[in-house]
Amino acid sequence: MAGFVLKRLGLGLITLWLLSLLVFFAGQVLPGDPARAILGPLAAPSAVAALARQLGTNQPVIDQYGTWVGHLLTGNLGTSYQYQAPIAPLLGKALGNSLELALVAFVMVVPIGILGGVIAALNVGRRVDRVISVFGLSATVIPEVVSGIVLILVFGLWLNVLPIQAAWPPGAGLGTQIYHLIMPAIPLALILFGYIQQMARAGTVEALASDYARTATLKGLPRGVMIRRHILRNSLLPTITVIATQTGYLIGGLVLVETLFHYQGIGTLIYNAATSKDFPMLEAGVLVIGAAYMVATLAADMLYTLLNPRLRLRGVE
Amino acid sequence: MSTTASPPAPGETQATAADALTLSGVDISYRVRRADQRIVRDVSFRVARGESFGLVGESGCGKSTIALAVVRYLARNGRVSAGRIEIDGRDVLSLDRADLRRLRARTVSMVYQEPGRALNPSILVGRQVAEVYEIAGAPRSEALDRAREILARVRISDPDGVMRRYPHQLSGGMLQRVVIAMALAAEPSLLILDEPTTALDATVEADVLDLILGLRAEFGTSLLFISHNLAVIAKMCDRVGVLYAGELVEEGPASAVFGDPRHPYTVGLLRSIPRRDGGARAPLQTIPGSLPTPGSVAAGCVFAARCGLAQERCRAETPAVHRIEDGCGERGSRCHFSEQAQSLPIHSIVAPDSARIADRAEPLIRARSVSKTFQASGQRVRGLHQVDLEIAAGETVGLVGESGSGKTTLARVLMGLTAPDPGAEVTLDGRPLAPLAGARTAADQKALQIVFQNPDSALNRRHSVRRLISRSLAKLGGYRGEALQARLQALAESVRLPERYLPMRPSQLSGGLKQRVAIARAFAGDPQIVVCDEPTSALDVSVQAAILNLLTDLQHRERVAYLFISHDLGVVRYLADRIVVLYLGRVMEIGPAQSVLDGPHHPYTEALLSAVPTLDDSDRERIRLEGEIPSAADPPAGCPFHTRCPRRIGEICDTTEPEMRVQAPGHEIRCHIPVDDLRRLQSAGGGAPSASAGR
Repeated sequence: MAGFVLKRLGLGLITLWLLSLLVFFAGQVLPGDPARAILGPLAAPSAVAALARQLGTNQPVIDQYGTWVGHLLTGNLGTSYQYQAPIAPLLGKALGNSLELALVAFVMVVPIGILGGVIAALNVGRRVDRVISVFGLSATVIPEVVSGIVLILVFGLWLNVLPIQAAWPPGAGLGTQIYHLIMPAIPLALILFGYIQQMARAGTVEALASDYARTATLKGLPRGVMIRRHILRNSLLPTITVIATQTGYLIGGLVLVETLFHYQGIGTLIYNAATSKDFPMLEAGVLVIGAAYMVATLAADMLYTLLNPRLRLRGVE
Repeated sequence: MSTTASPPAPGETQATAADALTLSGVDISYRVRRADQRIVRDVSFRVARGESFGLVGESGCGKSTIALAVVRYLARNGRVSAGRIEIDGRDVLSLDRADLRRLRARTVSMVYQEPGRALNPSILVGRQVAEVYEIAGAPRSEALDRAREILARVRISDPDGVMRRYPHQLSGGMLQRVVIAMALAAEPSLLILDEPTTALDATVEADVLDLILGLRAEFGTSLLFISHNLAVIAKMCDRVGVLYAGELVEEGPASAVFGDPRHPYTVGLLRSIPRRDGGARAPLQTIPGSLPTPGSVAAGCVFAARCGLAQERCRAETPAVHRIEDGCGERGSRCHFSEQAQSLPIHSIVAPDSARIADRAEPLIRARSVSKTFQASGQRVRGLHQVDLEIAAGETVGLVGESGSGKTTLARVLMGLTAPDPGAEVTLDGRPLAPLAGARTAADQKALQIVFQNPDSALNRRHSVRRLISRSLAKLGGYRGEALQARLQALAESVRLPERYLPMRPSQLSGGLKQRVAIARAFAGDPQIVVCDEPTSALDVSVQAAILNLLTDLQHRERVAYLFISHDLGVVRYLADRIVVLYLGRVMEIGPAQSVLDGPHHPYTEALLSAVPTLDDSDRERIRLEGEIPSAADPPAGCPFHTRCPRRIGEICDTTEPEMRVQAPGHEIRCHIPVDDLRRLQSAGGGAPSASAGR
């Protein structure tokens, strides 16, 4: 297990390194001079040159990359051009906000998705199954923007029961925060519902058809106990992987929802950084999302291994 | 076999008169595309208390469907559409949910083919066994104690260790013991066993069968034993029913049905098994045609289309059960002409040709010091150890051994699918062969072909049969255009694949036909040697007979050599000129087939031969092997077989690995025991020395 984690961590670090290369050099290729972008079109060339010297953007690209990676390794994410402030605290706060939104979406979708999948599987081929599965698939393909706008129109403007802005008033308590996050979380939950429901359904259908389910039934176990004890644990293993990898999606894919609901998360931050050529912020943000993806996938695999005795105890016998 | 039924358990007062199981006039239908298909038709039989009843038949005949109907576990689209099923006198079909649950918990249990899949992979074995007692109302700790007891009763020597494991950590034989323990835990009055040993090695199968026989006497349980293997049924059952296409065509005492069959199907089935006394490659008899699709026989006898005795009446009038009462006991046959059944004309396609064409002058393929070491989770596993093997042109070499003995690894090394360890030398016609197939010349690749056990996974499902064979002809034989078409026709004819199957895809063919396609592909490039890796073990006996005949016939015509891998010694006995016995990757014995089988032979060969149930012999004393094949990652020191050898002579076996010793010309044995001693020991009738008596 320890060897497995170390190997995966090593691979993850290599992935992050490749990502850093990609991000950094893509930033270099994009047109536009950061110093000029900061100072505006009317600034004097000498001032632009002075700022470029100060930012280090007049150095050879390789040197710039070296300095940047060196800073990263010491925990210094650099300074935002746009805000003229250290990136780390800004990014940290935005990441916190995004995680909170993701968490609300998760708490909403995971139980419902699993329940929907299991109910569909227990009624496979019947009407209940068809309704749940068709709903799940449809929900997955509707873009967040569309469902978000519909939600805003219905619940925010017409029924007027939920706030249309995700940002809560300063000093709001946890309850109010969650209240504000319900509506932005729904589009995310809708997208994830289909994945989770389909995985849970497929796993449960397979487990129900298995010989061990037959053994359990023929032992004379009541159906409920049979399902709880013998089916769910096996059938939900693949679902766990899906859920955990979707954490990555949630954190990386928030741009649309956050923009739509005016929420100060990492999606909004990166979006703004990209539009205002704030390269250090953009690069750091992408790397953080990459790291989040990596951690989520690793956690998924570890959880899967822990819950699956065939993997956990491999090579014992 | 025992014919005395055990008396009903004392203390059981109610309903003792009732049979353990009665089926009367049972029809089972599946709803497929909005139409009912009758899979099982008018089946009636009874299993008396303490009796063991065998259901035998080929795949698709409805054996398992009947078993599942008895416990009411048919698929959702299946139902018992007519008739009654009673267990202990209670009508199973009319039970409500709660009563059905109680019936399953207390009265009937079931064991099926793959023990590895019958247990929940993510729950400890101990918990799964204890669960049976918890259902009966025992508290958790008591349930665990009783689970330990029942595991000890199925002769598991370390119940605590087994209980703390997950299923994947146990071997197949051990798992099947656990499943049997679980089935017996509730002390059911009826135990249904559906092919319980089919997935196991012969030695393990023999162990499990003995265990079931012992437990049956101990628990007084009635058995419904389902198998495609006639010999296993003969060993295990008092009475048998023969199923064909969903109908019970013959039913009666096992000795009578197998000794004096009264239905042409039973006669044909019995004739298609390779017999010990069958003589050297006398062609096996087959049953022409194939199983009718369910519901396609509207009138007349279901077997009429394949029966050599069928007359006008058979096709027009559905035969009733004819009762036959004679010295062998009462039995029934669904045949209008049951008294003539044994005059069924002989059907075998191949003309007998006893001339042996093996030419031993110079070996075609020669393997020297072949070793193969695998790396598995950081350990070095010796798959093969210093194997020497020669195969002459036109010769058949049988390769036998338990799973894990290295049979398939050796085949893969010869085929160039796996490179052997450095130092090995494989030559073809005196020329060295590259270790991997990719580096071999086209001629060498053509010369060596393989037929796998499972044609399903060996044939591309998306191609038609014509395309599958044409591709091989083009790639291996270099045929093009009209020559290819001509050769295709000839090849299809020689593997007896009727032309109407050529446009079909593999999924539309039966197992036997698919294997013919695979054989046609192997022969497309006129090979010199074909490796047959368990080519018939996925097939029914009557189909197996046809494939074995085909292989023999092709060998006569093409002068091809076979390396024939099989766990079925009956098949190897029938086909092989020479036999190689592998154990833990080492050759334990090699020699002419007759000499190896007649002995004196290696104690391991002796045990393998003894493990196989056959129809020919009655109460042979079986030689038991202690435990299971050791791990190849940690083979025993000295003779690798000493840990299980029933004839171990002492210290020397534990410390020194024996050399190959010549027993007779061309027959070598890797054993410390002198040949004369072996001869004396083995002619004594199998009575193993006392060291191995207890287990």
